Amino acid sequence: MKRKRFSLFSAIVTLATVIVALAWIFPLYWALNTALSVDTQTIKIPPVWFPHPMIFDSFVYVIKNTSIARWYFNSVFSSVAIVVAVLFITMMCAYAISQIRFPGRHILFIIFLAGFMVPAATNVVPLFMFLNKMNMVNTYWGLILPQLVSPVAVVIYKQFFDQMPPELTDAAHMDGAGELRLLFTIFFPLNLGVTWALAIVLFIWSWNNFFWPFIIISSTPMMTIPVGITQVQSWYGIAYPRVMASAVLAALPTAILYLIFQKRVAQGVAVTAGIK
Amino acid sequence: MKASKKFKSFSWRSVIILVAPFTIVYLAFLVYPTIRVITLSFTNADIAGRGKFIGIANYVHLIHDPLFWGSLWHTIYFILLTVVPNTAVGLVFALMVIRLKRLRNFTMALVFLPYILPVSVVTQVFLWVMDSNYGIVNFLLGTKINWFQDVNWAMPSVAFVTIWWTVGFNILLFIAGLRAIPPEYYEAASLEGAGEGFRAFRYITWPQLWPVTSLVLVLQLIAQWQIFNQVYLLTNGGPFNSTIVVLQHMYIEAFQRYRGGYASTISIALFVLILITSGLQLKLLRGRGNV
Repeated sequence: MKRKRFSLFSAIVTLATVIVALAWIFPLYWALNTALSVDTQTIKIPPVWFPHPMIFDSFVYVIKNTSIARWYFNSVFSSVAIVVAVLFITMMCAYAISQIRFPGRHILFIIFLAGFMVPAATNVVPLFMFLNKMNMVNTYWGLILPQLVSPVAVVIYKQFFDQMPPELTDAAHMDGAGELRLLFTIFFPLNLGVTWALAIVLFIWSWNNFFWPFIIISSTPMMTIPVGITQVQSWYGIAYPRVMASAVLAALPTAILYLIFQKRVAQGVAVTAGIK
Repeated sequence: MKASKKFKSFSWRSVIILVAPFTIVYLAFLVYPTIRVITLSFTNADIAGRGKFIGIANYVHLIHDPLFWGSLWHTIYFILLTVVPNTAVGLVFALMVIRLKRLRNFTMALVFLPYILPVSVVTQVFLWVMDSNYGIVNFLLGTKINWFQDVNWAMPSVAFVTIWWTVGFNILLFIAGLRAIPPEYYEAASLEGAGEGFRAFRYITWPQLWPVTSLVLVLQLIAQWQIFNQVYLLTNGGPFNSTIVVLQHMYIEAFQRYRGGYASTISIALFVLILITSGLQLKLLRGRGNV
């Protein structure tokens, strides 16, 4: 008797959980619904719950009449460049600190750790001045370079490299293998899992980064997707289907990446959060 | 320092090749600006960095600047509306999601998805969903509230959007924390009739989870001091400057009034506030964690 009551309670909680989760995601459904609807349908009261008829005109309009294709390119280009460069330089740096016993490596590591205390947002004024002096405002360099500072990746790589058995490097050193070769032929393939998780998280971070691109880029063709889509709104006033279409397009890459690599994203986010 | 492993010979050349790229980036784009923001705060520099030393005049001005105190209060108000509520919502969601079996991944995907979206996608969606005339939220509530431009509703609305956007992160950490609690604890407690329900939560889950809870609180507090994007995109500081936050004040001084020196002073104030709170909070939370 008691048991039966408990499982009923359990079923109710399960149902409630799923309903709450569906309600949580409802704004995104609504954005999609609006993006696929005719403008006049979206301001009807009571609202039209499904796109009827379902049309793609808003997407076509946004792609044809805004710079969204260019913003897409800018975002893909800068995010990929940032991910590749960050992984490359942090992996090398972490390898040296972890595996080569050079004097000053502890101090260097502590200096990198101290970087966690500096909030990214409070540095933008001198950073802007610096890049302005180097003529990098409204350029890919200006967009990318400051986003390469990612001490968290150094810390994560170092932790993983520290756990590698010392015999591995000893044997390779005997063979006369150089440090770079050792890193890329042994350490890199053996730590592919971390690199994957880091790559996905770094990609999501840089794709979603709003504040820095917003500061350093003011010319429309140089904007990234997250900054660019805020322009669509100011151009078209209350034409919500078009605004929603641009939002859906902007959300697509990270959303797809997440749905495919759900586990890796979760892993990467948890690992980087624990370190910060 | 650990006991010495066998000393290996190394070449400075390979060390420099490996270490230099990241170190140079780090020095140029983190260390240098951090030092420069301090020196700038004592100058009347414009946004190109030209100006002369004016002592502590910027700091004196800051203390007498009503916009600064206003923005500070708005930021604190935003923190009050988000940090603890977001943690509570995250914990409740985590407790709900973790007891699911087949539906767990599906449910988790739904509540985590917003977190991986760009902030501007989130704000665009909510500007529409919470539109005063045709927004679905007003329709469902039977109201006509102009959520983001109403003096009373603007900041709570921004806070709500922020929680919607970021709670997935908290859920993720809480679920990891809940999984790490050894099941034997609950088994032992159930012998005494306290393996489930509120008592199990009170005496096992909550204390065991405290390190994660404190991490979640600290991470959010540090992030929310730097609130800018959502406020800028949803209310743009309005109505009547009632939602201008510290970072937006800095942004306005630097990039709209071209006062790089004074904007740096605001940055330093924000930096110090973040350092003090994270230091204080870490200390407080560590203390409780030892119980």
